[in-house]
Amino acid sequence: MKTKYDAIVVGGGHNGLACAAYLAKAGKDVLVLERRHVLGGAAVSEEVFPGFTFSVCSYVVSLLRPWIIRDLELPRFGLELIPLESSFLPLPDGRSLCRWANAGDTRREIAAFSAKDAEIFPEFGRAMSKIGQFVKPVIDSPAPDPGSFSPSELAGLLRLGTRFRDASADAMDFRLKLLTMSAVDLLDEWFESEALKAPMSVSGIIGTFLGVRSPGTAYVLLHHYMGEIDGAFRSWGFARGGTGSVSNSIAAAARHFGAEIRTEAPVARIVVEGGTAKGVVLQDGTELRATDVVSGCDPHRTFLGFVGEELLPDDFTAQLRRFRYRGSSGKVNLALDRLPEFACRPGADHLRGDIAIAPSIGYLDRAYQDAKAGRFSERPYINVVIPSLVDPTVAPPGKHVMSCFVQYAPYELADGPAAWPAQRNAFGDAVVDTLAEYIPGFRESILHRQVLTPWDLEQEFGLTEGNIFHGELTLEQLAFQRPVAGFARYSTPVRHLWLAGSGAHPGGGIMGAPGALCAKTMLGKRASAAITAGGGR
Amino acid sequence: MEVEAWFRTLADTMPVPTAFAARTHALATSLAFKEWAGCHAVRHYGAYPDREYYALRTAATVMDATPLYKVDVRGPDAARLFSRVTVRDFTDFAPGRVAYTTWCDDRGKVMDDGTVMRFDDERWRLTSAEPAYGWLAKHARGLDVELCDVSREVAALALQGPYARDVLARLVGSVADELRYFRARETRVGGSDVLITRTGYTGDLGYELWVENADAPDLWDAVLEAGRPVGLLPMGLDVLDIARVEAGYMLHGVEYTSARDAFIPRQESTPYELSLDWMVTLEREPFVGRAALVAEQRRGVAKRLVGLEIDWDAYEALLEGYGLPPALATATCRDGVPVFRRGKQIGYATSRTWSPLLKRYLALAHVPDGDAQPGAELEIEVTVEYERRRCTARVVPLPFFDPPRKKTTPALTAAPAR
Repeated sequence: MKTKYDAIVVGGGHNGLACAAYLAKAGKDVLVLERRHVLGGAAVSEEVFPGFTFSVCSYVVSLLRPWIIRDLELPRFGLELIPLESSFLPLPDGRSLCRWANAGDTRREIAAFSAKDAEIFPEFGRAMSKIGQFVKPVIDSPAPDPGSFSPSELAGLLRLGTRFRDASADAMDFRLKLLTMSAVDLLDEWFESEALKAPMSVSGIIGTFLGVRSPGTAYVLLHHYMGEIDGAFRSWGFARGGTGSVSNSIAAAARHFGAEIRTEAPVARIVVEGGTAKGVVLQDGTELRATDVVSGCDPHRTFLGFVGEELLPDDFTAQLRRFRYRGSSGKVNLALDRLPEFACRPGADHLRGDIAIAPSIGYLDRAYQDAKAGRFSERPYINVVIPSLVDPTVAPPGKHVMSCFVQYAPYELADGPAAWPAQRNAFGDAVVDTLAEYIPGFRESILHRQVLTPWDLEQEFGLTEGNIFHGELTLEQLAFQRPVAGFARYSTPVRHLWLAGSGAHPGGGIMGAPGALCAKTMLGKRASAAITAGGGR
Repeated sequence: MEVEAWFRTLADTMPVPTAFAARTHALATSLAFKEWAGCHAVRHYGAYPDREYYALRTAATVMDATPLYKVDVRGPDAARLFSRVTVRDFTDFAPGRVAYTTWCDDRGKVMDDGTVMRFDDERWRLTSAEPAYGWLAKHARGLDVELCDVSREVAALALQGPYARDVLARLVGSVADELRYFRARETRVGGSDVLITRTGYTGDLGYELWVENADAPDLWDAVLEAGRPVGLLPMGLDVLDIARVEAGYMLHGVEYTSARDAFIPRQESTPYELSLDWMVTLEREPFVGRAALVAEQRRGVAKRLVGLEIDWDAYEALLEGYGLPPALATATCRDGVPVFRRGKQIGYATSRTWSPLLKRYLALAHVPDGDAQPGAELEIEVTVEYERRRCTARVVPLPFFDPPRKKTTPALTAAPAR
């Protein structure tokens, strides 16, 4: 077997694969090493129960960069995205609110709660889309470097600044608020109806250990608002066959361009000699050499796990230890005998998008209080999707799969994270009990159940502290500070070692941008029209 | 006469409902209808066509295709008739086969296109966009054939999409597995005689089911019931218009003007100009238009129907110049626009669509033969904020969308790549 490559990518998640595909496309001899038997990392589809395919971890696609889809010709390699049609909020009092792609239908639904909100709702969407358009070049380029005086860097910043300055005063004001406020405070400025604000505010807390009233969550809300499909902002979609299809299509593209991919090939350590990465040693003792080593794993696992503290500068390690993970969510995947029927609104029309269990701000506050006390929320925020309604490949005919993203499930339980296995079932029960309050006969319809706690996310998927984004997506951990100031451009203190996962700019979600931008940086190419990549330092 | 009755007489004339109308109209809450060959046809059932589009490409759909014109031909000389009238040779056309073909006038100008099906030794059928009975009858002189226009007696239901086989198998069992691409089989569904052809206008795995009008509602019910577990949906013409562009299929009246309708010669097209070379057989008994087509071959074909892909980066940059994000509706635009090479108009595009599945902005265009090679870099007119701009577009091979499931037998469900 071959033992020498131009580049070895540790971790066959979607970002590692994207990096490999770009490197291979540029003619590099690339090897991807995946610990598990299946590719995708947290963007993975697995037939957990016969006939039922779960998007085990991440479950919707939005931020996958359109230029990556084009560059790698992903549709040709099996990527098929199906947009979510609606956002449904059932309420315990028998009412419900569904936001549709159709503005007229949405207006009518919101007006049942507040005529004023119904009128202003499209304006909010437009304001967010404008900001999305402004932020887009930032997530499509390596992080800007505010400390640099290189002409290309300054030109890039200037272009960005010009875009900012050209905005109207109102828009500027809105942007600044977005950067500083809490999701609830921001939404309070716009809307009066809880039924609208509660489900909207949760976008601000996904994957963070923050509450909807915590300052800074307004920005995270934007991160989730920026989802883009076919040029339309705020669009989310299913990948046909589950989110693993995204990873598999990227893998197919990578192989097409000549990359080699090995599964069940766990890496023990990254070989560093004289401050330079030289290759990897697998757990079975095999040593593989490469000019460059890329890690798609999170910063903690990469540096403290594969490299070792003793080989890293102290100040870097110190900053690394301050980089916050604090996983706060879990996942419950269900195989259902029949379609759930919500008491407040029977039928299936409104179940083809996502379903939010977020009946009020107070409910979300209480859920957060539980987490702060070191226990999972007794009544959590749940984001439900039923992909089998639009994608018959994931369940037997007439049966369904239901994916439940659950927050809060704090990694640090009062008795420590190792207490999670003992609480796994109780956590699963809390989710089922919560949903059963809205869906009569729900328990009886469950054929199989898979419960993933933050502990499981760490043990099985290598996500440190179970953080789904390789580190919290909070403002101080983004852009030129992700993961560590001075090393936000995919390079690391170890020469020829690169970071290509969600712990690098621009962060988590099935985006592919960290992997693709890492590869472009390694290749020393202009990474985007907006900002010029500096290459490694 | 009562007022309502009086106004009803004004509305009652045209278009007319098809045999599926009782079912389709009840489901078309959009009230979005259009006229198709004198019949009511649903454009999209719900508020917007997107849901139907994704059902077509990920599950299955049914569409009322009844408005197509149909002529049944019976008799020992049917093969000679179709060989004489159309550009294809039907001499050795076995029972159970179906073929897509086109036919021309004496000057080799395309009149229409459609499919020829042969049920058994004696019975054949031609489908077309415009009435073809008269044209067939005119050329049937001296042949032992009997013609019957069944356009308004036979209903057609298109069952299309990756799960079309699964749905059909629930109705007809193994026939669904055995039926090859462009083959026909007569069978029974419930109490009705149904002709099933493995054909369609979507570029996907699919079938068309042909029944007597009286049996149409029962067939509709049976197909919808069989399709429910896999998420089958009824589909309207708006999605068909996207699907057929993805499939690279030209549309009568859009990609070409029938020689019957053309007012001036430049509006007409030959089969070669529509890139239908593959179906034209010149070396045989004379057929309508043959001499003109032979002459055209000698002279060289002037223009070609090609696939164009609009360069997305260029398109996005163009809009970015206006501060606009790119946004395209889920719809095919049939307004013709000029196509340029180095700033000079050389042709025109007739259909444009964003393919939500392929994530590509596609067009069908007519360009000089010399610019028709895949890779040729051209420009297409784009209107942004009422200003005419040009955007890079490249010639790419047709079809744009060509999944293996379309032709494989047995027709297996195409699960996504794993």
